[in-house]
Amino acid sequence: MEYRFDDKVRYTKTHEWVRVEGAEAVIGISDYAQNKLSDVVFVDLPAEGKAVKKETACMVIESVKAAEEVFAPVSGTVSARNEKLAKGPELVNRDPFGEGWLFRVRLSDPKEADSLMDAASYRKLVETL
Amino acid sequence: MAEPLIFDISRPGRSGVTPPACDVPPAVIPAELRRSAIPLPEVSEVDMVRHYVRLSQLNYSVDTGLYPLGSCTMKYNPKANEAAARLPGFASLHPLQPPAQTQGALALMHGLQEMIAEIGGFAAVSLQPSAGAHGELAGILIMRRWHHDRGDTARTRILVPDSAHGTNPASTSMAGLEAVEIPSDARGNVDLAKLTACLDERVAGLMLTNPNTLGLFEESLQEVTRLVHQAGGLVYGDGANFNAILGVTKPGALGIDVMHFNLHKTFSTPHGGGGPGGGALGVTAALAEYLPGPVVQAAGSGAERRFSWRVPSRGIGRLKSFHGNFGILVRAYTYIRMLGPDGLRAVAENAVLNANYLQARLSAVYPVPHGDRTCMHEFVAQGKIASAPEIHALDIAKRLIDYGFHPPTNYFPLIVPEALMIEPTETESLETLDRFIDALLAIAREAVSHPELLHDAPHASPVRRLDEVKAARELKVTAG
Amino acid sequence: MSFIPNTDADRARMLQAIGVSSTRDLFHDVPEAFRFPRLDLPPALSEQEILSELDQLSRQNADCAARPCFLGAGAYNHFIPAVVDFVVSRSEFATAYTPYQPEISQGTLQAIFEYQSMIARLTGMDVSNASHYDGATATAEAVIMALSVFQRQRSRVVLSAGLHPQYRAVVRTYTQGMGLTFAGDDAISRPPEDLASLCDKNTACVVIQNPDFLGRIAPPAVMKAIAAAVHACGALLVVVANPVSLGLLVPPGEAGADVVAGEGQALGNHLSFGGPSLGFFAFRRDQIRRSSGRIAGETRDRDGRTGYVFTLSTREQHIRREKATSNICTNQSLNALAAAAYMTALGPGGLRQVAELCWHKAHYLADRIRKLPGFTVHAGEFFHEFAVSCPRPVAKINEMLFEKHGIVGGYDLGRDYPELKDAVLLCCTETNTKAQIDELVDALGGSRHG
Repeated sequence: MEYRFDDKVRYTKTHEWVRVEGAEAVIGISDYAQNKLSDVVFVDLPAEGKAVKKETACMVIESVKAAEEVFAPVSGTVSARNEKLAKGPELVNRDPFGEGWLFRVRLSDPKEADSLMDAASYRKLVETL
Repeated sequence: MAEPLIFDISRPGRSGVTPPACDVPPAVIPAELRRSAIPLPEVSEVDMVRHYVRLSQLNYSVDTGLYPLGSCTMKYNPKANEAAARLPGFASLHPLQPPAQTQGALALMHGLQEMIAEIGGFAAVSLQPSAGAHGELAGILIMRRWHHDRGDTARTRILVPDSAHGTNPASTSMAGLEAVEIPSDARGNVDLAKLTACLDERVAGLMLTNPNTLGLFEESLQEVTRLVHQAGGLVYGDGANFNAILGVTKPGALGIDVMHFNLHKTFSTPHGGGGPGGGALGVTAALAEYLPGPVVQAAGSGAERRFSWRVPSRGIGRLKSFHGNFGILVRAYTYIRMLGPDGLRAVAENAVLNANYLQARLSAVYPVPHGDRTCMHEFVAQGKIASAPEIHALDIAKRLIDYGFHPPTNYFPLIVPEALMIEPTETESLETLDRFIDALLAIAREAVSHPELLHDAPHASPVRRLDEVKAARELKVTAG
Repeated sequence: MSFIPNTDADRARMLQAIGVSSTRDLFHDVPEAFRFPRLDLPPALSEQEILSELDQLSRQNADCAARPCFLGAGAYNHFIPAVVDFVVSRSEFATAYTPYQPEISQGTLQAIFEYQSMIARLTGMDVSNASHYDGATATAEAVIMALSVFQRQRSRVVLSAGLHPQYRAVVRTYTQGMGLTFAGDDAISRPPEDLASLCDKNTACVVIQNPDFLGRIAPPAVMKAIAAAVHACGALLVVVANPVSLGLLVPPGEAGADVVAGEGQALGNHLSFGGPSLGFFAFRRDQIRRSSGRIAGETRDRDGRTGYVFTLSTREQHIRREKATSNICTNQSLNALAAAAYMTALGPGGLRQVAELCWHKAHYLADRIRKLPGFTVHAGEFFHEFAVSCPRPVAKINEMLFEKHGIVGGYDLGRDYPELKDAVLLCCTETNTKAQIDELVDALGGSRHG
C-alpha cells in the first residue's frame, strides 16, 4: 500500500500532521489515517476559541464503521475550522494534506512542533504497521 | 421489485379500519387543543396487507433458513411459545391490576424466576431487564451499590476482556464506572498475569463472557473468579453464550456473582427483527437484595399458595416500567417446560457438537486461530483464502447470501482480523450444516477462480450492496 | 420436545468427523466436579400438556378482554384491529434477526423507516429513532441525551411531579452513577409552569408529561411559555406524550419540545401484563448525533435501487463501546412494527376518531360521577384519564367493583402521592361502552353505603 507523505509537515505517532506558519499552525490527519478510517462521513470539529492541549483528544472523525479521536499535535487555541468539511467530509479522504485540513490553532509554544517526527521518520513508522 | 413506501401508496380519502360510532353524548373539545391534520398514510386494508406481506417477503428469517451468527444463538422459535403468549389471560392482562386478579401471571413469573435460578446456580432472579444490555447495566449498578454499602467508593473500575461485546464497556460507562481492557492470551483465555496486574483496590469487578466470543470455555475459570474475589471484586457473567453450557454447568457454582441470560438467545424467544428480547438477571444470595424490583415472591403452599410483589430492600431501583417483558417471559417459560432438564442439556450437547463438526470440516480451508482447542457452541474462523489475498471476510459473507444463507457474524470479536464467528445452534439438521459447509468451500474456490463474484456479491438478493457511506453523509431518516 | 433434529446416526457421523467418541468429550474444559449437575426442574412436557397447563394458568388471571376495564396509568386497553396482529405474526418479521445484513432485511428496515417517519409526524418533531424498550427507559435516555448535548457540563435535571412515578424512578436508576441532582417532583401541587423557575445554568433539561400522570392537559399556550422559559436558561425541554392523544391534540413538536418520548404500547400492542412494548423517541435533526437507539436511513444500492440501512452506527455500543451514547443493543422492532401497522390501519382519520371516542367517553364518565355525592372529580382539562376523590379507600371500592360487578377499577393514586389518599385515576378508552360506564357509575353510587 503506497501512502502519501507531505514533506512540509510534522507528524505524531497517532497519525496527525501539523504545519507551522509563524504564530499559527494547520492541523490534519495523514494519508495513512484516512485510509484506515475509510470513507469519512462526519467531522466533529472543535469550536473556535477552544483550548487544545498537545496529545489530548480534541475532536472526532467518523466513518461508517469507526469514530476516531484526533489528538492535538500541539497546544494552543483554535483560530479557524475547515467549514467545507460539513458538506464535504470526503475532502479528508481525497486531500488529507490540502483541502482536507481540519483546523488552525494559535500556538502556545511555537517550538512545540520541533519535537515531532519529520516525514522520513513518520514514513518509517508507517512501514512497520 | 421494490416496495414503495406506505406514504406513496396513500391516497386522500382512503381508510382502513373504522372505529365504532360514539354511544355517549359528545363533550366539548376546546379548539385550541386540537391539532391540524396529521400526515399519516391513508390506505385501504387490502393495500396495507399487501404492503406488509410484500415487505415481509423481502426478509430472510429463521423460518426461512440458517443464521450461523456467532453469539446470537438464532435457534428455531417454537410456535407453541406463540400460542401460549397469545392466550387472552396473558395478552390482555393490565400490569397494574391487583395481585388477586393476576395470580396466574405471577405464578408463571415466580416459576420462571425459580427455574432460571436453578439452571444458573443462583439464589435469586429478576425478570425485569428487557434485554441483555439492560441486564448488564443492572448488574454493574448492583456491583457498584454493593461496594458503596460496604463503605468502599474507591472501586470505580470494571475489567473487560478485549474479546467482549461492545455492550460491556458501554454499560460500564452508563453506570458511571471506567472500563479497563484486559487482553486475552495465546490460547484465547483471559491473560491471568495481566488480570492479576490490574486487580487492585480500584476494581469493582470483572465482566466475563463464558464461553467467550472466540467460542472457548475459560480454561482457568475458577482461578479467574478466585483472583477477582481475593482482590475484593465481583464477577459479572454475560450470558450471551449460555447456550453452550445450558445444563452442562452452573455459572453460579463457578464463582459468577451476577449474570444475565438472554431469553431471545438461549431460551428461544424470537428476535423480532431487532427486539423485543428479555434479559433475566441472576445473583448469588449475597446480592439478592440488590436486584431491580419488583420481583415475585410466594407464600403458603398447596391450595393456599399466593404470589405477590416484593421490592428488594437494597435494590438498585426500577429498571423499566411495570414488570418486564411478560410476553417474552411466557415464551421462555413454555420452552423450558417443554424441554425439561434432559432436553436443556441436550441443547448444549448438540449445539457444541454441531459447532465442532463445522470447525473440523472448515478449518482446512479457513484459518481457525484457536482450532487446536475444542470450541463450544461457536468458533471464529478468518475470512482469508491463502491464494486470494484480495478477498476479505466481508466478500465471503456477502457471497454466502447468494447461496441462500445469512452470513455469520463478521468483524467481531475485534481481536481476530477478518473474523467470521460461526454458531449453528442445535436446531439445525446435519443436511443444513453440510450444505453450509459446501457453500463455504465453493466460495473459497470461487475466491481464486472468480473473485468478482465475491466482490460484487450479493447478486441474488432483493437489493445489492447498499451504500452506507451515502446513508451516513446524507442522513435521510424520515420519509418526504 | 427439544427441537433438535440430530438423530443418533447424525451424531455418530459428526463425532467421527471431529475425532471424538462422545459429545461429553467436548466439554473437557468444564471443571470436572461441576460438569453435568442435576437440574431440579419438572420433567419435559409435550406441547399439548404445557399449553393445557398454561391455558388453565391464564384463566387464573382476570384479563381485560373479558371484562370492563377502567384502569390506565401508563398502560391502555385499546382495541387492536385484527390486521395489526396479522402483520406482526408474519414469521418473516417475527423470526428475523436484527437487520445488520441489509440486503436480506429490507422488510424490517423499510418497516422501521416508515415507523420512524410516522412517529416524527405524530409528535411534530424532525426525526425519530427505531424505539427504546418502553416509555420509562425512553425518558431516561432523553435525560441522558440532554446531558450529552451539554457534554456532561450540566448536572441538574428538573422533573415534573406529574411525570409517571415509574418513569421518574427509572430516570433515577439509570443515572445513579452520574452524580446528578434532581428537583421539581416533590409535590404534585406544583404546576408545570413553575418548573421553569427551577431552571438554572446547571440544568440540562426539564421533563414534563402531557397529559400528565393524573390525566391533566397543559394547553399549547402554556407549553410554549414553559418552553420559552426553559430555553431562556439554556436547558432542553423533554416532553413525555401519549401517542393516541396525539391523534387529536396539538403535538409537543409544535409547542417547543426538544425531545419527545413516551410509551408506544397504546399503538397496536397488547397489554401483556406490561410488556413487551416500546418507547418512542423523537428529537430535533441537529441533535441527531447525540441521540441513542438505532436509526434506519435511506440510501441506494449499487444498481441505483432505493434501500434502507441502519445508519449513524458510530453512536452505538458495537462501534463506540465505552463512548457510545447508550449501551442499548435492541430496538423493540416487532412492537414498533405493531405501532406502525396500527397507525396505518386507522389512518389519520381513524386515529383522530379513537382519540375523540376516548375523550367523549371519559368526559361522560366524569360528568356522571360529578353528580354522585361523596365523589369529587378533580378540576382541569383532561384527555381520557382523570382523578376522583372518593369517600372510601380506593382498594375497598375496587374490591367491590371486581367482586360484585366484574369491573377492573382505576388506579389508587395514594400509592404514589401521599396528598392524594383515597383518590382514584379512572380511564376510558374507545373500548368502554356506555352500558359499561353507566354500570360503573351505578356501582360507585351504591357503594357509598357499602
